[in-house]
Amino acid sequence: MMRRVLVFLAVAGLAAALLPLALGTGVPEAPGALATAYLEDAPGDFGAANVVTAIVVSYRGFDTLGEVAVLFAATAGVGALLTRKRLGIGDAEPADKPAATEILVTATGLLTGLLVMFGVYIFLHGHLTPGGGFQGGVVIATALLLGLLARPESKLSHGILSAVESLSGAAYVGMGLAGAFLAWGFLDPRVLPLGRIGSLVSAGSIPVIYSLIGLKVGAELSGILDALKGDRE
Amino acid sequence: MLVDAAILVSGFVMIAAGIGAVLARSLLVSILLSGGVSLVASLVFLLMGAPDVAMTEAAIGSGLTTVVYLYAMARARQPDEEDADPLGDAVKGGRR
Amino acid sequence: MSILEFVSRINPVAASGAVLVLVGVWGVLARPNLFKIAIATSVLETGVNLVILSTGYIRGRTAPILDSAADASTAAARMTDPVPQALVLTAIVIGLAVTALQLSYAVRLRAAGGGSSIESYGDEKW
Repeated sequence: MMRRVLVFLAVAGLAAALLPLALGTGVPEAPGALATAYLEDAPGDFGAANVVTAIVVSYRGFDTLGEVAVLFAATAGVGALLTRKRLGIGDAEPADKPAATEILVTATGLLTGLLVMFGVYIFLHGHLTPGGGFQGGVVIATALLLGLLARPESKLSHGILSAVESLSGAAYVGMGLAGAFLAWGFLDPRVLPLGRIGSLVSAGSIPVIYSLIGLKVGAELSGILDALKGDRE
Repeated sequence: MLVDAAILVSGFVMIAAGIGAVLARSLLVSILLSGGVSLVASLVFLLMGAPDVAMTEAAIGSGLTTVVYLYAMARARQPDEEDADPLGDAVKGGRR
Repeated sequence: MSILEFVSRINPVAASGAVLVLVGVWGVLARPNLFKIAIATSVLETGVNLVILSTGYIRGRTAPILDSAADASTAAARMTDPVPQALVLTAIVIGLAVTALQLSYAVRLRAAGGGSSIESYGDEKW
């Protein structure tokens, strides 16, 4: 009973704190000065049609680099916690997982290539249309998830996964350093020609960097799924 | 104003699904309801002109998160009923 | 103050986000099951994302993507605020990683022979 009262008091206090935010602020009429500057300058600065991508990859690129590092740390934590040894599962445990149905196996064979291709399409067009490295990476992880569902006894090749992850991470930092030495600053995309707004090859190195982010995120999320499946050595 | 009304209606749906997710006794039901909260949230993001965020929320928040929950529940041999906590003797005896 | 004026002062995104935050906090505090706490955290996180994004909601504007109909000179007058969108984009991905880490601790505790109710870890308080 005491706990219920305390929980009610905590929630009521938070509600009182959030009340002015929910009811009093209203909707702004125009974006602030920083957003206006981004909207006006992004096409001229970097030639990117999608302003959100320009902010994520270049204006606030350092933020995204830190975010990818956090994702890597969390993936490493999940992988370290959920090994077979830590979970107390010996090799002797019989594989009691039921085999996948034929429909799932056939659909996986047909769809895996298409899904990977769709993911690559999403992150290659990140500077033109909604989408980008994170969404494309998730689509690629979905393709690997289908594979795990269709063949429960199969193991993902950890060598390939970690090679993709570390190579794309190193290349991401390398593109940032190239920006620092050849252009104005770390992660400046103007090391490659900007091109015409709206064409696939444009916006300097933004598509390259976003593709690298997509590969890294895809490999990391596949690693999380594989670790949760629980067959890590 | 029409968009505002649509967002408010979606907000009510989200809040109802969220309360349902907290109250449900079955963990499976509450996982699915929290995926539903994310799905409606991605609709709200789309309505307010944020298609990038809507895509991310639909793919990660409501797709991959649900899969991660289901894998974790299967791995932990957590019974579906939330309060059914006593570990089976097989699990307890077998490993420490 | 008329009803219409009151409604127009409500930010619908911030209002629903704030209530979702409350629901999430209530779930974290009131439910003992570790998996239920993770689910409530997900709901809380969606609410926080909505509240952050609500500062960039402007009525009747389009997504911040340039095309033939909207060039750079009119962009600032026709488009919503892109900055909160960029922030929330990364927050969603981190949210998945944090949820997976939280769940793997719960799995690990159960595999080591513990229960999945937080009540059974009362001795470890301090």
